[in-house]
Amino acid sequence: MARRPLSFYVLTLVFVLFVIFLYGPTIVIGILSFQGPRGGLTFPMNGVSLHWFFDLFEQQAVGDIWGSFRRSFALGLMVMVTTVVVSVLGGMAFRKRFAGSSVLFYLIIASLVIPSILISLGVGLIFNQLGWRVHWATSGFGSQLTWTLPFGLLIMFAVFNRFDASYEEAARDLGASPWQTFSHVVLPIIAPSLIGVALFGFTLSYDEFARTLLTAGSYNTLPLEIFGMTTNVTTPVIYALGTLTTVFSFLVIGACLLAVTLLGRQRSKGATR
Amino acid sequence: MLRNRHMIGWVQAAPLAAVLVGFLILPIITVGIVSFWRATEFSIIPAFTWENYEFLFGSEVAWRVFGATFRYAAITWALTLSIGFTVAYYLAFHIHSLKWQVALFLLCTIPFWTSNIIRMISWIPFLGRNGIANGALMDLGLVDEPVEWLLYSDFSVILAFVHLYTLFMVVPIFNSMMRIDRSLIEAARDGGASGFQTLVHVIVPLCKPGIMIGTIFVVTLVMGDFITVRFMSGSQSANVGRLISNDIGLLAYPSAAATAIVLLGTVLITIAVLLRFVDIRKEL
Repeated sequence: MARRPLSFYVLTLVFVLFVIFLYGPTIVIGILSFQGPRGGLTFPMNGVSLHWFFDLFEQQAVGDIWGSFRRSFALGLMVMVTTVVVSVLGGMAFRKRFAGSSVLFYLIIASLVIPSILISLGVGLIFNQLGWRVHWATSGFGSQLTWTLPFGLLIMFAVFNRFDASYEEAARDLGASPWQTFSHVVLPIIAPSLIGVALFGFTLSYDEFARTLLTAGSYNTLPLEIFGMTTNVTTPVIYALGTLTTVFSFLVIGACLLAVTLLGRQRSKGATR
Repeated sequence: MLRNRHMIGWVQAAPLAAVLVGFLILPIITVGIVSFWRATEFSIIPAFTWENYEFLFGSEVAWRVFGATFRYAAITWALTLSIGFTVAYYLAFHIHSLKWQVALFLLCTIPFWTSNIIRMISWIPFLGRNGIANGALMDLGLVDEPVEWLLYSDFSVILAFVHLYTLFMVVPIFNSMMRIDRSLIEAARDGGASGFQTLVHVIVPLCKPGIMIGTIFVVTLVMGDFITVRFMSGSQSANVGRLISNDIGLLAYPSAAATAIVLLGTVLITIAVLLRFVDIRKEL
């Protein structure tokens, strides 16, 4: 093994510092959420307890966080499924040029870079003028899609750009119908990427704030509820909530990564058989 | 047959187009229309008036806030670019096993899938008056009393931006770097280039697309932000996003809409300038 240059060690240090910078604050609130009942928002720890986690179950301490968690979870699933389906269809469409495809492409990019507050304001105004009531499952759902779909499509573009079309040709030559070609050949090949799209769809929706702000209506999603808490809650209960929802996110991410790994392993086993 | 080809494309793209028309184009058009309306204390009235724009451009506060927004974007851009480039360079050129590359890359991306609000809140115990940073500074004897400007200041706003958005630089730059043909780097070395010369004359030019895509992400995210500035500055600093959300809070929708349209114009012009340097479609 060749000796590493000095720059390797310097850059390793930089990288380690960067990772500490990324995760440090999250770990700190993780620790502080176990503050004793009389502890405050900063160190020192005033004892160790689960007090603030129990507080999360008391209505008067935190408001309707479980309701908002349920809504965010349901909305995340809705956005996830829609993002996967629409991105796959869109990705298939973009494999061939069709009239209007470049306009649509620039719309996707526009959707990604437009300031979120414009979507929030615009959708809110439309519903307002039409006399419809904004609701997380309608206006909130649509607004979030403008954020998750571009990510889903960018992943699908990357996937299909590297996709070997000869597999499809082979299937067709053997007499497969277009639907059979898609479901037995294309879908299994792109499956791991779809898990990635699903991960983006769910987590970006679950954590979305700006686009949901004016479009969620009277029932808050979890991020809106948490933001509301920052103005009036001054106890570590907010850290306990932060820790729980971060752990939840980690579980979702972990499950997706595990699924991708297992799929990959199964596939390589199939290849050697 | 040609017709058929277009038809299939349209059918497959229809759901996507429907979402983008309904929740991207129509909202922008609506905001554009409402920006010419009048507002009373209780409602908004259809009209065609330039009042909202005249007020905006005539307001010294608005100019200052736009200036502040550009300043946040520029500082955040410089920091995220230097950190992001360094991290991507380390992953792409110093980590040789693919397994480790994937693992470390994931380590950098995981926070992106967690809540931004929580990540902002988590700076409080660090930067607060009695926080960890102040504690450390006082223990080291660097300061005698707690530094006040760590939290709820422009410093904490920028820190949070860098914390939240550096990833948007790392990913596209790393992607560009991984596509660089390694023989080019060997050729540069064989030609007698030093490591630094290889970096400046070979790697950086080849990473330009990644740098541009990262730049577009970071600049637009920072310019369109309102929540980070509000939370991390403790409502003491302002950017355009906050100007808009304040108007919304006062139900002054036409005025908010006018500001939003000007913001959109500013962002689009910035992107148009950046896009002159890179063809995004080629980069996917």
